[in-house]
Amino acid sequence: VNMTSYNPSVFLLMVNGQIEGANFPEYDDLYCKYCFVYGHDWAPTSGLEEGISQITSKGRDSSRSLVWNFPLDITFKSTNPFGWPQIVVSVYGPDSFGNDVVRGYGAVHVPFSPGTHTRTIPMFVPESTSRLQKFTSWLMGRRPEYTDPKVVAQGEGREVTRVRSQGFVTLQFNIVTKDMKKLGYDTTSTEQAPAMHLSRTEQPYGS
Amino acid sequence: NHSRFFSDHIPSSKMMFPHTTPTLSLVVLRKRALSQYAWWFVFVGVSLCLTNQAETGLPSAEEAYNFFTFNFDPEPQEDQHKGRLKRRPRRGEGEGEEEEEEREDEETETEDEDLFIIDQSARDFLEVTRAECMEYSTRVQREEELLFTPSTRPVPAYSKLPENVQPRYLEEEGLYVGERPPVSLSNQNILENRILIIYKFDVLFLCLHSIAVALHCSVELGVLSISAQTLTSKHMNRYTVGIGDSQGDYQLDVDVSGLVFSHHPLFSREHVLGVRLAQLCDQQLSRQHKDLNRLLSDKVSGLNGLRNTNEYRMCFIRHTRRLRDAEQEKDRTLLKSIIKVWKELKALREFQRFTNTPYKLYIRKCVEQASDELEQEAEVQAEVAELRAEYTEDYETKMSGYRGQLEEWKSWRRKEKVLKKKQKQRKQLSRDEEDEGSEEELGEEPVKPEAPEKPDLAGLEQQVRKKAAKIRRRPGEPVLLPELTTAGPVTPNEQCPRGELARREDVTKRSLYIKVLYNDKEVSRTDSRSLSTDFRVHFGQIFNLKIVNLPESIKLQVIYESIGSSSSQLAEVCVPIPESSVLTGTAPSEELEFSSNQRVMFNHEGVGSDVPFSFAADGSDRHTLLTSAKLSCCVSWAVGEGGVPLAPPTSQPAAGLHSGLRQRDAIACIGASGLNDMKKLRKWAADSRLDPNDPNNASIMQLLSVAVPDYFRLEQLQEEFNFPSDGELDRSRRFRLLRLRSQEVAEFRNLKAIPALEREISEKVFEDYECRLKEVERVDAKDHIDGHRALVAKYLQKVRKSVVNRFLITKHHFILSDLVIEEEIPSIGILGLNLFKLAEPKRPLKPQRKERKKVTAQNLSDGDIRLLLNIIRGYDIPVRRPNASKPVGARKGSRSYGDPFTSAHSSQTALQGSEWPLGQPVIQPFVEVSFQRTVLRTSTAEGPNPCWNEELILPFRCAPSGDYSTSSLQAVRDEVFINIFDEILYEVVEDERERGASVHTRIERHWLGSIKIPFSTIYLQSRIDGTFKVATPPVLLGYSKERILGSEGGYDAVRSPSEGTFLTLFVTIDPQLVPGDPIREKKFDTQETERLLLACELYEKDAHRRFPDRRCVTTVVDMNGKTVFVTRFIRPLTPPQELLDAFPNSPQETMELVARYVSFIPFLPDSVSFASVCDLWSTCDQFLTLLAGDEEEHAVLLCNYFLAMGKKAWIIIGSALPEGPTAYVLTQEHSRYLIWNPSTGQYYGQYDTFCPLQAVGCLINTDNVWCNIQVYAAPMRMSFDVTKPKCWKPFFSRTFPDPGLSSVQPEYLVYRRTDQTAAAELQDRIEKILREKIMDWRPRHPTRWNRYCTSTLRHFLPKMELSGGREVSEEHRVDVLIGCLISGFPLHLPFSEIRPIIEAVYSTGVHNVEAPSVEFALAVYVHPYPSNVLSVWVYIASLIRTR
Repeated sequence: VNMTSYNPSVFLLMVNGQIEGANFPEYDDLYCKYCFVYGHDWAPTSGLEEGISQITSKGRDSSRSLVWNFPLDITFKSTNPFGWPQIVVSVYGPDSFGNDVVRGYGAVHVPFSPGTHTRTIPMFVPESTSRLQKFTSWLMGRRPEYTDPKVVAQGEGREVTRVRSQGFVTLQFNIVTKDMKKLGYDTTSTEQAPAMHLSRTEQPYGS
Repeated sequence: NHSRFFSDHIPSSKMMFPHTTPTLSLVVLRKRALSQYAWWFVFVGVSLCLTNQAETGLPSAEEAYNFFTFNFDPEPQEDQHKGRLKRRPRRGEGEGEEEEEEREDEETETEDEDLFIIDQSARDFLEVTRAECMEYSTRVQREEELLFTPSTRPVPAYSKLPENVQPRYLEEEGLYVGERPPVSLSNQNILENRILIIYKFDVLFLCLHSIAVALHCSVELGVLSISAQTLTSKHMNRYTVGIGDSQGDYQLDVDVSGLVFSHHPLFSREHVLGVRLAQLCDQQLSRQHKDLNRLLSDKVSGLNGLRNTNEYRMCFIRHTRRLRDAEQEKDRTLLKSIIKVWKELKALREFQRFTNTPYKLYIRKCVEQASDELEQEAEVQAEVAELRAEYTEDYETKMSGYRGQLEEWKSWRRKEKVLKKKQKQRKQLSRDEEDEGSEEELGEEPVKPEAPEKPDLAGLEQQVRKKAAKIRRRPGEPVLLPELTTAGPVTPNEQCPRGELARREDVTKRSLYIKVLYNDKEVSRTDSRSLSTDFRVHFGQIFNLKIVNLPESIKLQVIYESIGSSSSQLAEVCVPIPESSVLTGTAPSEELEFSSNQRVMFNHEGVGSDVPFSFAADGSDRHTLLTSAKLSCCVSWAVGEGGVPLAPPTSQPAAGLHSGLRQRDAIACIGASGLNDMKKLRKWAADSRLDPNDPNNASIMQLLSVAVPDYFRLEQLQEEFNFPSDGELDRSRRFRLLRLRSQEVAEFRNLKAIPALEREISEKVFEDYECRLKEVERVDAKDHIDGHRALVAKYLQKVRKSVVNRFLITKHHFILSDLVIEEEIPSIGILGLNLFKLAEPKRPLKPQRKERKKVTAQNLSDGDIRLLLNIIRGYDIPVRRPNASKPVGARKGSRSYGDPFTSAHSSQTALQGSEWPLGQPVIQPFVEVSFQRTVLRTSTAEGPNPCWNEELILPFRCAPSGDYSTSSLQAVRDEVFINIFDEILYEVVEDERERGASVHTRIERHWLGSIKIPFSTIYLQSRIDGTFKVATPPVLLGYSKERILGSEGGYDAVRSPSEGTFLTLFVTIDPQLVPGDPIREKKFDTQETERLLLACELYEKDAHRRFPDRRCVTTVVDMNGKTVFVTRFIRPLTPPQELLDAFPNSPQETMELVARYVSFIPFLPDSVSFASVCDLWSTCDQFLTLLAGDEEEHAVLLCNYFLAMGKKAWIIIGSALPEGPTAYVLTQEHSRYLIWNPSTGQYYGQYDTFCPLQAVGCLINTDNVWCNIQVYAAPMRMSFDVTKPKCWKPFFSRTFPDPGLSSVQPEYLVYRRTDQTAAAELQDRIEKILREKIMDWRPRHPTRWNRYCTSTLRHFLPKMELSGGREVSEEHRVDVLIGCLISGFPLHLPFSEIRPIIEAVYSTGVHNVEAPSVEFALAVYVHPYPSNVLSVWVYIASLIRTR
C-alpha cells in the first residue's frame, strides 16, 4: 500500500489504562467487573472486552482506599463516532452474611482525545422498591441488581429505577487514535496543548 | 543726626515708593518724622507693599540695594519690634487702612513722649500693650459693612427695573417660552440679589439695553434665559428624535440661472476696467435708487425747521447732518471714479487699438434751476448758524469748567501762602515735620487752568463753504448722471493682434457647468455651457429636487471645463436653505458672489488670476485680481398641486439647521439602547441615506446587509447548523443507511460498521429495501399469483407497519422489572418448598430435566446455537404393501421371492419374516431432519413402531444479518422438517455368480410422512417434548397402514382418532435462549370500560396465581392495536353456502368440510408477521380478506361457523403440541366432546391419546369465559361441563353480570366466488415452477417426465379433494403401475405462496432418486373455495421402468 495514497475506511481507538482503585468508605473486600458498551459501528479488534478483577481489601494506610490496578487494554475500530465506547464498571463484594452483592454500577465514556486521562466515576446501586423488600433482600443477601450492567450506559428506561450512590471508582485511560482526522473527526482541540490533557484530572464529587 | 538723616532721605524714600498707595506713603512719611526707628515702619510699609500689592511694580534693583545696604545704626531692640511687627501681616488686607489709623494714634502718643524725652534708649519707647481684641458686636458690625450676604428673599420687581418700565411676561402674552433649566428659587433669588448689589450702578444701564433685546425683566434673568435657550435647544436637538421627520413629499426647486464673472483669468485688461466701470455704475445706480442724500437732507432741513433747542435734538440733527455729508461725499467720489475709470478705459482702447468690451459711458448733464443755488446758500447758512451755536455752547461749558478750576487754583494758592508763612514760623522752631504735614494736606500744586480759546466764529462760514465745495457740486454746476451702455462695437477677431486673438480663442474653448449637491451628494448638474466673450454664462435651468431627508446643505459647484484638459472645480457655493415660506414663483433670485484663489497665468492677453498685472505700459501700478464671479440662482420650495407648498412644516424652523446633526449622529438618533436593536439601526441608516459606496460606511453597511434580515427568525442559528442541505443528506447513502438503521428498518436494523465513507457504500445496499418498498405497490404476478393476494399482502404490510410502530413505542417503555432484578418477598409456601427441596435425593432414580442456564442472545454469534433433536420412537408407521414387492421380485428375476435385501438387520428380517407369512417386506424407517438446508438422519430402524432414540444436532444460522437479538430470532421463519423415510435396499448384482463375493445394493428411500415445526415455536417454547402426529399423505403408493391388514376396506364413518403415524420427539435449542418477553398488552388503548378491564385483570391474576401454567385470556389486541374483550370475537357466522350444500345429509361431514375450509386458509403466526409482538386477533372478515392468520383466527372462524351451524362450540385456549400456546375449538355432540384443530382441520375425541392438545386453560364462547380450575388440564382427564362451578370459573357471574358486549365481528360474511380460470392458471404455474425446480435440483441427471402417469395423477387429484383427503380406492394405481415401479404421494397444502409448496416438495426428497431410468410424474391441482381459499394438491411420483 502506498502510504501517501492511503485512505482509511475505519479509524482505530486504542484504549489502555487501568481501573486504578475505588473509594467505598463502607465496604471492603471488593472486586469489580468491567465491560464495554459501544454502538453498531464499533467493533473490538483486539483486547478483552470484559474482565473481572481480583478481590482487594483496604489498605492499612490512612487513605483506606481499594486498589485494583486492573489493566484495560482494548482496541476498537469504527467508522462512526456514534456509539462511542463506554466502559461499564460494576463493583461487587460480600455483605455481612458473606453473600456476594453488588456495591455499585457506573459507566463513563472512553475519552475522546488522545492522551492520558483520569476519570472518577461515581457508583450507585439500585434501591429496593420497599422497606420490607429492602429488609428481605438484606436478610437473604439478594440485593436488587440490574438485569444487565450495561443498563447504566444507556438512558432508556432509567426513569423507573431509584438508585443510591455508593462510592467512586477511579480509572486511568491512555488513548491513542488513528485515522480519525483523516475521516474528518478531529477530537484534539487545537487550543489546548497536549500537556494540558496530561495534567487535567477530574475531581470526585465532594471528596 | 537722626532727624537730618530722615529729612535728607525724604525724597529718596518718596522716590523709593513711587507705586505704593498714597495712603501708605502718607503713613510712612508721617512716621519718618516721628522716630529715629521709624525706618522700621518704612520697612514694614515696604514689606506690606511687596506682599500685598502684587499689581504694583517693584522698586528698581538699585533703589532696593541702596535702601537695604544703607548704613543704619544697629538696633538692639530689634527683637521686640519684630514681635510687634509680626502681628501686622496677619491683619486682613481690607483692614489695613484702619489699622494704620490706629497705629497712628498710638505712635502719636509715643511720639509725644518722645518729643520730650529725647535721649532715651529704645527700650523706653517700647510699650507693652494688651493684645488687641475687638469686641464681638463691633466686629459683626464691621463685618457687616464689608461682607455682603445676599438674601434669599425674592427681589421685588421694581428694584430690578429701571423707572417707568413695565415688566413683560411673555407667557402671559401667549408667546412660547422654552422651559428653563431647573434652578431652585432660592438660588435664583440669591443671584438676583447679588447682581443687584454688585452692579448697583451698571444695572440700569444693562437693563436699558437688555430690556429691548432680551425682553427679560432683569439682567441676570436675561443671562439665565439665554443659557436656558441654548440649553433647551440643545436638548431638543438631541432628544427630539423623529420630530420633523419628513413624512410628506417635499420638493426643492433649484433655479440656476446664470453666472457672471467679475474677474476671470481670461479677462483682458480692458475687461478688467470694463468690469470695474460696470460695477461702479451699478453702485451709482443703486445709490441713486436709494437717494440717501436727499433723504438725509430732507431730514436735516426738517429738523432745522423745528428749531427746538432741545439738547438731544440738536445732537440728533448734528448726527444726521454728518451722515448726509458722508453720503454726499461718497456720491461725489463715486462719480469721480466712474469718470476716471472711463477715461482709463478709453485710454487703454486707444493704446491697444482694439476694443474688447462693448461698454460705453454716457454722462448726462442735468442743469438745475436757480432755486438750487438759493437752496444751497440757505443750507450753508443754516449749517453755519448751527455750528456757531454749537461752538458757543461748547465754549461756555469750557469756560464754566475753567472758572471752577481757576477758583480751586486760587484757593490753593492762598493756602500755600498761609503755609509758607507757617513754614517760616516753623523754621524758627527748626522743625520741619509740621511743614511736611501741611504740604501733604495741600496735595500737589494744581496746574493753573488756562482760559479756553474763544471760538473763531468768523472762520466758521469759510469752513462750511469749503467743505460744501468739496462734497457737493458747486452751485450751478450741472448734475452728472453716468449711464453705461453695452452697445459699443467690439473689434472683430481678425483685426486683433495675436495675443488678443489667442485670448479670445481660449475663451471660446472654455465651458462651464454647475453641479447641484444636496446634502453633499450630487443630485444633478447643468448642461455644459461655453463661456461667452462677455464672460457671462447663462444656464437657466431649474432642478426639482424631490427630497426625503431634510436638507442640510445645498451646494452648487462650478466646474470648469476646457477643451483638451480635464475639468476642474472652480468654486463651491453654498446656497442657504430657504425658509419654508420661500416658495417657487415668489422667491427672488439671489446673486451669490464667490471667488477662487486659483493661480492662473497665460501667455496671451488674458490677465490671469492671482497674477499681478499692470495697465500702464511701463508696468507700474500693478494689480492682482482673483477670479470671482456672481452666480445667480434661486432655491425655493416647490408648490404642489392646489397651491400646497411642498415644504416641511414651519413649526420646526430649527429643524433644517439641526437636522443634519441629528441625522448624522446615529447614537443620538436611535439611542444607546438602539445599538442592540438592529432594526432601529437599519431604520436610521435608511433615514440618513448612508452612501453605501463610502468607505467610511463600509462596516455599517456590511452589518446592515448581513446581520439585519428583513424577517424575524425563531431559530436564528438553524441555518448555521444545516451544514449540508436536506437534499444532500437524503442523497447521501451513508446518512440514509444510518437513518434507516436508527429507524430499525428490518433490513438495516442490525447492520454493523456502516462505512465511514460514501464511496464504500454501494447502491446495492438499498436494493432489497427498495424492492420491498416497491413490492408493496407492485402486483407481483410470480409470488402472488393473483392480484387479490398482492393486495392482501399490501394491506398486511400496512397493518404490520402501523402495528410495529405502535409496538416500537411500547417497546421503549420500561418497568422496574425490566431493569432491576429484585427478589420477590418470599412467601411461606416457597420457603416450605425450598425446605422440602433440601430433603430431595441428590441423584433421583428418574431424573427430571433441569433448567439450563439461559443465555442472553446478545452474546451469541454464528455457530453458537444448535438445534437438538431427540428422535425417540415412532408409532404406526405405514408398512410396505405386499403386492408392492411383486414388481421387485419380478424385476430381480433371479430370486424366488423378492424380499428386499436388508443387510443391516438380517436377524430382524428373519424374525419379521416369520411374522409375515405372505412374505411381506418389513419396513425400515429412518428419520431425516432438515433445517435450513442442513440434513441429518438417524440410523435405520425396523418395523412400524421403531425406536431410534438418537440425538441429532443441527447448527443454527440466524438471518443474513447475523443478529441474534430476541426480535430477530423470533422473526426466523425457517421450519424444521422431520421426515420419515422408508429405506429400501435393492441388490443390484447383475451376475448371479458374484453374489457370494460382492454385495451391490442400491438404496432407495420412500417418504412416508413429515412433521413441520417452525423454529419460532421451538424458540418461544424453548423445548418441545412429546408425541406428534406425522402428517402423512393421504395416499402412499406401495404402503399401507398395518391396521388395514386386519380390517381391510371397511372403516368407520368416524375414524378412530388415534389413526395416523406418530413420532415421539424432544426438540430444544442449545444453549437455551431467553425467549422474547411477552408484550404487556395492558398498555394499549382500549374502548372497554374501566370496570371491565379491572375485572379482567383481577380474573387473570387470580387464574395465574392458582394455575401459573394455564393460559387464561380475557382481553386480546385487535388489528388496530386496541384491547378488546375476547367474547366480542365470538359470533355465529354462516360458512359459505356451497360448503353447507356439499353434504346436505351428513352434518358430520359438513363440519369436517368446514374445518377443512378453515384449515385451507394459510397459517401465518403473528410472532412472525409482527416480530416480537404479541398476539393480534383479527376479526373473521379481516381474516378472510388477509387470508392469513394464526391459530386464534382459525379457531375463531371455525367456532363461529360451528355456532352458526347450530352446534355448541367453544374456543379452547390452551397449549398443544407442537405449536405451544394455541387455540382449538371444542364442540359438543350429544355427550361427546370433539376437539378440533382449526389449523389442520383435524378433530379428536376427548379421550384420544394422541390429541395434540395438552392443556386447557380456558373456554370462550359468545357469552362468557370459563377458566379451568380443575386439578388437571389435560383434556382426557377433565370435564368440559362448564356449568360445574367446581370445574370452571366463569368470568361473568351473578356478581358481575355480562354488560351486554357487542360483537366486533360483522353480522355476516361476504364470500366471493373464486375465479375458476384463475385457479387453473395458478395450477399451471405451480406445475411449471415445480417442474423447473425439480430439474434444478437434479443437476447431474436428466429428468424425464412421464406424461401418461402425470395425466393419470392429474385426474386422480380432484377426486382426492372431493373425498376430503381420505384414501380413495386404489384402482387408479393399477393402470399406472403397469410396467413401472412407482413411488410417490400427493401433498396437500393450503395456498399462500409458492415458496412453501416448493419447500414441501423438496423436503420429500423425491427428486433424489438417482436410478438411471427414473421418470417423474408431477401433477398439481388447485381447488378453489369461496373467498380465494385455495386448496393445492401436488402429486409427485417417481417411476422406474421395469423391464
